[in-house]
Amino acid sequence: MGHETPAGDLRLANLTKRFGVFTAVDDLSLTIPQGSFFALLGASGCGKTTTLRMIAGLEEPTSGQVLLGDRDIAGLRPYKRPVNTVFQSYALFPHLDIHENVAFGLRRRGIRKVTDQVERMLSLVQLEGYGRRKPAQLSGGQQQRVALARALINHPQVLLLDEPLGALDLKLRRQMQIELKRIQTEVGITFVHVTHDQEEAMTMADTVAVMNAGRIEQLGAPADLYEYPATAFVANFLGQSNLLAGEAAGHSGDDVLVTAHGARFSVPAGRARADHGSVFLGVRPEKLHLVAGPDQVPAGHQHLGGVVSDASYVGVSTQYLVRTPWGSELSAFAANSGVGGRLPVGTPVTAHWDPRHAFLLPRAAGEDDQTSPLLDEPPVGALS
Amino acid sequence: MRRWLADRWVMGVALLVLAYLSLPIIVVAGLSFNRPSSRLSYDFHEFTLDNWTHPFPTLEMRDAVVRSIEIGLIATVISTVLGTLMAFALVRHGFRGRAGINGLIFLPMATPELVMGTSLLALFVAAQIPLGFWTIVIAHVMFCVSFVVVTVKARLAGMDRRLEEAAMDLYASEWQTFRRVTLPLVLPGIVAAALLAFSLSFDDFIITNFNSGTTVTFPMYVWGAAGKGIPPQVNVIGTAMFAIALLVVGASSLQGRRARRAALAAPVAAVGAPKSAS
Amino acid sequence: MSALAHVPTSSGQPAAPPGARRGRSRLLPYLLLLPGAAWLLVFFVLPLLQLAAASLYDPSGSISTGYAMTWAFGNYPDALQQYWPQLARSFGYSAIALVLALLMGYPLAYGIAQKAGRWKNLLLVAVVAPMFTSFLVRTLAWKTILSDNGWVVGLLRDVHLLGADGRLLATPFAVVLGLTYNFLPFLVLPLYASLERLDPRLLEAASDLYASPLRAFQKVTLPLSMPGVIAGTLLFFIPATGDYINAELLGTPNEYMIGNVIDSAFLVRLDYPQGAALSFLLMAAILAIVFVYLRKAGTEEVL
Repeated sequence: MGHETPAGDLRLANLTKRFGVFTAVDDLSLTIPQGSFFALLGASGCGKTTTLRMIAGLEEPTSGQVLLGDRDIAGLRPYKRPVNTVFQSYALFPHLDIHENVAFGLRRRGIRKVTDQVERMLSLVQLEGYGRRKPAQLSGGQQQRVALARALINHPQVLLLDEPLGALDLKLRRQMQIELKRIQTEVGITFVHVTHDQEEAMTMADTVAVMNAGRIEQLGAPADLYEYPATAFVANFLGQSNLLAGEAAGHSGDDVLVTAHGARFSVPAGRARADHGSVFLGVRPEKLHLVAGPDQVPAGHQHLGGVVSDASYVGVSTQYLVRTPWGSELSAFAANSGVGGRLPVGTPVTAHWDPRHAFLLPRAAGEDDQTSPLLDEPPVGALS
Repeated sequence: MRRWLADRWVMGVALLVLAYLSLPIIVVAGLSFNRPSSRLSYDFHEFTLDNWTHPFPTLEMRDAVVRSIEIGLIATVISTVLGTLMAFALVRHGFRGRAGINGLIFLPMATPELVMGTSLLALFVAAQIPLGFWTIVIAHVMFCVSFVVVTVKARLAGMDRRLEEAAMDLYASEWQTFRRVTLPLVLPGIVAAALLAFSLSFDDFIITNFNSGTTVTFPMYVWGAAGKGIPPQVNVIGTAMFAIALLVVGASSLQGRRARRAALAAPVAAVGAPKSAS
Repeated sequence: MSALAHVPTSSGQPAAPPGARRGRSRLLPYLLLLPGAAWLLVFFVLPLLQLAAASLYDPSGSISTGYAMTWAFGNYPDALQQYWPQLARSFGYSAIALVLALLMGYPLAYGIAQKAGRWKNLLLVAVVAPMFTSFLVRTLAWKTILSDNGWVVGLLRDVHLLGADGRLLATPFAVVLGLTYNFLPFLVLPLYASLERLDPRLLEAASDLYASPLRAFQKVTLPLSMPGVIAGTLLFFIPATGDYINAELLGTPNEYMIGNVIDSAFLVRLDYPQGAALSFLLMAAILAIVFVYLRKAGTEEVL
């Protein structure tokens, strides 16, 4: 039985999965430290679920290893692995009541006395007294908790969660995010959480890996990913970004110099992923401030001019589009804090930012400026 | 008024058609309480309970009913096993020649019984297999298998594959997964298929007629008696069959409704139940 | 148990290479299919071949002396010449019964699917209820209903739709009525299934777009229910054409259909070549009609 194996980190080594000619997971290597809450974030079809299924044993890797501690479990059948899964839309057994659903794993391992454990687990997920109901009699949020209890009761070394909150409405989802985080802290098991929802990944996980086309684009703490993205994909997938196409033009002290659209800018070397050739100069919309003219730009900030081309009032903030002289649009969020009036469409403005909030990314030659559209969340997150 | 009529004439016609469909059953039930005026009369003459208290006027009729039940049970068991296995292969596995297998299963359902009956007779005669109990069983299994496949297949196809993955994830081996998850979930489909097979077998006349030799099933008995006068007890058997089938259908729909009502009651119950996390 | 049961699970040991466990499951579907497929091949396909062979036997043989295979294709025109009225009657009666069944079955299916509300399931059970009891017994019930002394005939005589000694039993009318009755549920069920899926908002949309109820039916309901009409028609027509129980019990030899002839060829006259030839003719004719019908219904706009 898997339990006796010395505990350890979950490591994926050169993991690859091909379906015919399609490569779902491409030479993936990463280490998930024991006890961490790890999120695999990506749009649908990026290979995140396939990765999860290979860890669970529901999919066989084409090549590569799945290591738990020192042990390669890639060839083991699912029921031989100390790994359990909370399935997308839960997969609760409809013919068994909640008690038997939760007891299922214990019984399969020949454990006779299960009642106490099941009761304890149901109280952990706050479902005391629901043992005799059938899954169809529970609400979505309750079913979600049963699925969690059913997996956790087995004390797996790793708990896999496949879009566990995808079927819940927004409010319940927020509730369950907090709940899941609490439970993970309480039981101390490694959680690997697959999701397409960046906000969900960022609120819950210690470490987030952003996946794209079967590979990991960037891996790190949520704040690091957001503040200093490694690629244009991450910059756009995680929140929104204004990316100006430019050329790196050498160093000046601790700064990297950039020319873009005829103007010169600089970025601290510590925030540059590239320091020569074609680059993107990136600024998050909330870090971009709008003022009436260059004379109002604070010292040390960099700026460029433009005209307000669109303004959307969304309550907590107003989201502006600023058309630059060269025709692309930048987005800027202004908090509705009561300071400063609203800017009507057509107003000439100066957009400025602190260079310590900007970042430099490598850019393929020929790629133009990129601005996320005016939406609350990136559109990729809306569908799975 | 015109609107009222326009909305309701369809339902009116529908009820008339239903009356047409139900009339013979009512007549059969009525005739089961009839003491006919003569052996060849089919008209209602006099009320009696004798037919129900003595449902078998002759040994021949009793044997025919018993034989039909025996054949029905054997044919049901064999065809349910064969058909269920095929359904699993079709839904759960990839293999070469799927189109051929699908055709093989579909064709018996689309072929006139007359042709199946005569062709099987031609085979038995050519192979010099004596006609009787077992040739009837063979024929019944043959035409029941397809219906079993279709019924079980529908149930299997509607089943979420992730339930089996979840079982495997929760330490159930392949066999345990089948035993604890797959089988219980498919069982209603298999039971429905078996009931269908039994009723098809019990009621079959045309195919049986060609392949029975001198063996007499209940439909064969009725056919033979039609010329020389049907004993009113035949209507007792017919009414009893109808009542039993109705009970089975009623029980299963009641069960379904109870499950649905419980599901509907759940949200209401949840309000009074322990407060959910917030 | 899995084929991997022996694989060491202690740490550090390499597991079996992926793919090793797939070997046995490749054979599994064939094992599952084998018994059922073999049964159908031996007792459905093989008999059809035997029937084809029997239809070409020397017609001068007999059961006792045995038949010689003489490729006697003449059996077909001979049988056709002798029994074309019965064959034509089979298709004629079934066709009339089909039209009646469509006229009755469509409103019934539509009513249950779209208008019955919470009575839907009960009415559906009522449609299949006749099949709960014996085919022969309920066909015999029509003998009672249509009997010369019954109230139906009495009523029709009173209103002079029937002459004073006119009768229903033992007429083509009784046979067609029996056919319609016996196979109507087969037509209603697929029709119901396709009408049940019809979104009533489509009809509202049609009437919003200036369609009269008749037009809406013609342009929306009917085309969308065509798959059900086609399936129901075939499920009705095939068994009705091959039926001879109704003709035997409710008719006279003047109403005999091809099934009665085949029955007597095999079981009374013991003329196997002729019976086989007629069986094959029946099947060929049905297949031809089905094929033509499916092509027409499948490729052309219905109205």
